[in-house]
Amino acid sequence: MRFSVRKLSTRRRHRFAGALVLLLGLVVAGGAYAVVAPQPATAEQATARDVEAGRQLFEIGCASCHGLNAEGIVTQSGGNYGPSLIGVGAAAVDFQVGTGRMPMAQTAPQAPRKKVAYNDEEIKQLAAFVASLAPGPAIPGNEYTDIDAATEDDVREGGEIFRTNCTACHNAVGAGGAMPNGKYAPDIRDVEPIHIAEAMITGPQQMPGFSDEAMTPEEKRNVIAYIKSTNSQPGAGLGGGSLGPVVDGVFAWVIGMGALVLAAVWIGAHGTRVKKR
Amino acid sequence: MSAQTETEYTPIENTPAGRKLGGPVGWLDDRLGLAGAAKKNLRKVFPEHWSFMLGEIALWSFVVLLITGVFLTFWFQPSMSEVEYHGPYGPLNGLEMSQAYQSTLKISFEVRGGLLMRQMHHWAAALFVAAMMAHMLRVFFTGAYRKPREVNWLIGVGLLSMGMVEGFAGYSLPDDLLSGTGLRFVDGMIRSIPLVGSHLEFFIFGGEFPGNEIIPRLYMAHILLIPALLLGLIGAHMLLLVYHKHTQWPGPGRTNDNVVGYPMLPVYAAKAGGFFFVVFGVTALMGAFLQINPVWTIGPYNPSEVLAGSQPDWYMGFSEGLVRIMPAWEWTFFGLTWSFGIFVAGVGGLGLIFTSLALWPFIERWITGDQREHHLLERPRNAPTRTALGVAAMTFYACGWLGGGNDIIATKFHSDIFTITWVLRIGIIVFPIIAFIVTRRICIGLQRADAERVLHGYETGVIERSPEGGYAERHAPLPVTEQYVLTAHERKPELTGPAETDENGVRAPKAERSKLRARLRRFYYEHTLDKPTAHEVEHAAEHLGEFDGHPSEQGEDFQGVSESGIPRVH
Amino acid sequence: MSDLDIRQTQGSNEPIPDPGLQEHQYRPQDVDESQARRTERQISAMFLIAAVLFIAFAVVYFAVEPEETIFGWSAQNTGFGFTLGGAMLLIGVGIIQWAKKLMGDHEIVEMRHSAASSAEDRTEALAVINTGVEESGIGRRPMIVRSLGLALGALGVPAVVMLRDLGPLPYGHTETVWKKGMRVVVDVTGRPIKPSDMRVGDLINAEPSVFFETDEDGNRVFHGTELMQAKAKAAVIVVRMRPEAITPKKGRENWGVDGILAYSKICTHVGCPISLWEQQTHHLLCPCHQSTFDLADNGKVVFGPAARPLPQLPLAVDSEGYLIATSDFPEIVAPSYPRLAHDQKKLDEQA
Repeated sequence: MRFSVRKLSTRRRHRFAGALVLLLGLVVAGGAYAVVAPQPATAEQATARDVEAGRQLFEIGCASCHGLNAEGIVTQSGGNYGPSLIGVGAAAVDFQVGTGRMPMAQTAPQAPRKKVAYNDEEIKQLAAFVASLAPGPAIPGNEYTDIDAATEDDVREGGEIFRTNCTACHNAVGAGGAMPNGKYAPDIRDVEPIHIAEAMITGPQQMPGFSDEAMTPEEKRNVIAYIKSTNSQPGAGLGGGSLGPVVDGVFAWVIGMGALVLAAVWIGAHGTRVKKR
Repeated sequence: MSAQTETEYTPIENTPAGRKLGGPVGWLDDRLGLAGAAKKNLRKVFPEHWSFMLGEIALWSFVVLLITGVFLTFWFQPSMSEVEYHGPYGPLNGLEMSQAYQSTLKISFEVRGGLLMRQMHHWAAALFVAAMMAHMLRVFFTGAYRKPREVNWLIGVGLLSMGMVEGFAGYSLPDDLLSGTGLRFVDGMIRSIPLVGSHLEFFIFGGEFPGNEIIPRLYMAHILLIPALLLGLIGAHMLLLVYHKHTQWPGPGRTNDNVVGYPMLPVYAAKAGGFFFVVFGVTALMGAFLQINPVWTIGPYNPSEVLAGSQPDWYMGFSEGLVRIMPAWEWTFFGLTWSFGIFVAGVGGLGLIFTSLALWPFIERWITGDQREHHLLERPRNAPTRTALGVAAMTFYACGWLGGGNDIIATKFHSDIFTITWVLRIGIIVFPIIAFIVTRRICIGLQRADAERVLHGYETGVIERSPEGGYAERHAPLPVTEQYVLTAHERKPELTGPAETDENGVRAPKAERSKLRARLRRFYYEHTLDKPTAHEVEHAAEHLGEFDGHPSEQGEDFQGVSESGIPRVH
Repeated sequence: MSDLDIRQTQGSNEPIPDPGLQEHQYRPQDVDESQARRTERQISAMFLIAAVLFIAFAVVYFAVEPEETIFGWSAQNTGFGFTLGGAMLLIGVGIIQWAKKLMGDHEIVEMRHSAASSAEDRTEALAVINTGVEESGIGRRPMIVRSLGLALGALGVPAVVMLRDLGPLPYGHTETVWKKGMRVVVDVTGRPIKPSDMRVGDLINAEPSVFFETDEDGNRVFHGTELMQAKAKAAVIVVRMRPEAITPKKGRENWGVDGILAYSKICTHVGCPISLWEQQTHHLLCPCHQSTFDLADNGKVVFGPAARPLPQLPLAVDSEGYLIATSDFPEIVAPSYPRLAHDQKKLDEQA
């Protein structure tokens, strides 16, 4: 008997086989693409989950002061328990919650930095929720925080900008300073670059903001690079908290005069005496 | 007397070294006649007490300043011309700055040992002024400024004020942001001087602030003019000290007419000379382990930049504080602006302090009428009004000081600057008054304790029970040397004033002035406890031997008691 | 002597008589030779260690690199200071130990002399002076004395006059470099500012654009001393507030642009640059002496020693949309000085 492949395959092929093959090809291609495709596609989906999780976290931990929809709760005298967060952006949330300032443990002239209450995942979710309410500054990317890429010229420029805009409140090395009515500019020396960038962008509490048009992301990066650079230079001894001449005066009196007056007392003191031989 | 009697002492001219030196020393004496000065001064006697060395700390700090200062002048460039920095300190590379600042960076980073010299120089300056202040306080509280030492006191006031100006000039030289801001303050302060302020400002700065003359001019003042004045004044100060001889505490064998102590050669030459090395050593160790004025983190001066925590060096803190807490008193009349807030606080504050200091010996002399020479010191408790006035003045000074650091206090202690300012505004008047009252009462209390110890002896710690059942502590008499020290001061003087009118009813001339004087004298002396009389001491001695009628025995090996009241046992 | 003279009471009323110098007490080193030798060895050891430390100084000098650190500090500085300071301290302690423990320590009495000269000295001195004065004839020649006095007094004239060129006279410095139409630019970078660049609560430290202009050769028009002098009066801060929060004085209603206001950065107290801005209270605090200004209320002083409000720079927007000044400061910038009231009046009249 002579076989005809054609006859065989013709009879075996279903009339929808072509369509099925096409569908299979599409599924395979689409699946493969989905696996190797860049993040945005998956991120988009995760953000929606994050927003919902963030909303739940917000209701529990933040709404008591900031309102259920983050609209803020106004007091009768015109102040607020917590300001409106609509439009503050993910950057503000990442800063406030990421440095432990929020949730605020008790009322005070200023929210102090303290132990962070949420983990990174939760902070991301809270940020996503607040960001979803209205457009606002996003969490800064690498162009703000990649201080290793800063050249020496960048660091120098960062220093000039730092001394022009920041040292008046934060002092020459970022050790902080006093403000009226119990407020203060905090010590920023061991703060993460991302948080410094966020503070500059969002202007938390009394701190002014510095928009990206007035101070570009690169310039902000240079400022952060300068802060880190100047604080990693070797010192010339105990720095007294880098608080300047006041502490130097305390050291001069307590340590310097203290040591020398003790020496004078020693010089004038009678030593051991023995009975006459 | 010493273990050296085993080896006989050879006169120096017969030793091998002495024979070699004999020639050159003889050569000098042939021309300079040194033997007279040598015989008079080499065994001069100085009394021993630690508080007599505070002035020495200042003196040796000054020497350290001269030595380290000369080193710095080899590299420092006192010019405000603009240059671009290119050096080992990365964060400032390519930055425009003055030559003064750049040369300071060079000394700090490129000259080996330069940073140490800079830090030593700055610490020594802080110690110089601190030691002068401590020394001045010692002299004040012990009454050592009285006749014949008023001139020396005035020289000292001059040294203190010049020292502060010198320090200000010195830390302004690097032209960094911190000291430049201080110069800006001084510029504003000079401007505020009524009538001539802006003329003075333009003459001092050579034009509008900052100009380019101020750093070179401060440099001239800092390395030439003021050191010359200081050296001259120090020389005069030491000369008078040698002429008058040092004052001493009253004690056994020590009178107003003698000095008891140790000779210059060898003891004081060694102690003072050794102390120089100690001061140098301590300053160098501070320069090694304590950072001061890190100008590289501060940045060069720029009139649009400023730092939080801008303060002058500590000794200018008083002025700074007064300017901070002073209310905004500025008025316009006769078409001119009168900035009393700045002028009175900045210029007036220090002016008041130094004028009061300078005039005090003369004021005290006018009040007390005491014209005698005093070479014995007074324990502060025995001059309660003077001591209380001194503490009140220190409190006034301290309020200014605290005001100068009000933002640092607010930062470190989490308080409010405005509150601190208000507390100090009121406190600077009220706290000295409280301090005066409290101090005077404390002095009188201490005098009472002294009188108790003289009359009733010291507490032995031995408790006795009387036959009736009561417990009491046995007292033993102080050794006579201790008793003498506690009663060697002067008796309280008569406080009657002069008669207002004589027997014919004629009013005495200048009656108002002598009435004021009498009232001040009464104020000065009345609140002091007079020392026990001889009769009281005898009476008490009789009773000391008894205890409820029973004699108390100390035993044969009782040897008296040390200053702290612990019985001596050898 | 006056009635107020006090005399030290002597004799019978003194409670405790002076017991006199006490018996000398010996030190262990005086009585025991082995103790003395031990002390000698201690002192010599200190001197020897000092010598070693001085050598160590030189070793540090040549062997330690500038970049090396110890405990996070410069190793060179710490090394130098430790060796030098340690050595000097040991020498000092050694010498003092020598004085305290081994040198003779019997107390010596020296009599004082009166500070005043003796009566004979005074008489002789007076006689000597009298002879000299008499021989000079001053008493008999009043005309010489008076004319000499005049001449020496006039010596003061060149001494004082020579100081005139220390500096120029302080007149005519009431203006800054700000002019009508000059752009307000960001300090350090020189970038011009559009109102949309600022959000409410933002702060920009700014300068007049002329500081960033260059001439044909590419050199800055303002540099060096002139730049510093001009900056010390022209520096400004630009802040943005909600327009409802601002209460402008009469005539200043259009000095801001959409809630953006510009003020002098130079404090009216003694001239420090201010930029401690509290965005929610609108207060600007000067770090030098804590003068506080309310920028929503025309720069009024709300606390502190400053006596004059902060001068405000009137703003507008130019044809390309960038912020410009519409004139120089109408108020004199700078700390107060005597002629301020007079100069301000003149400035007001000119306006």
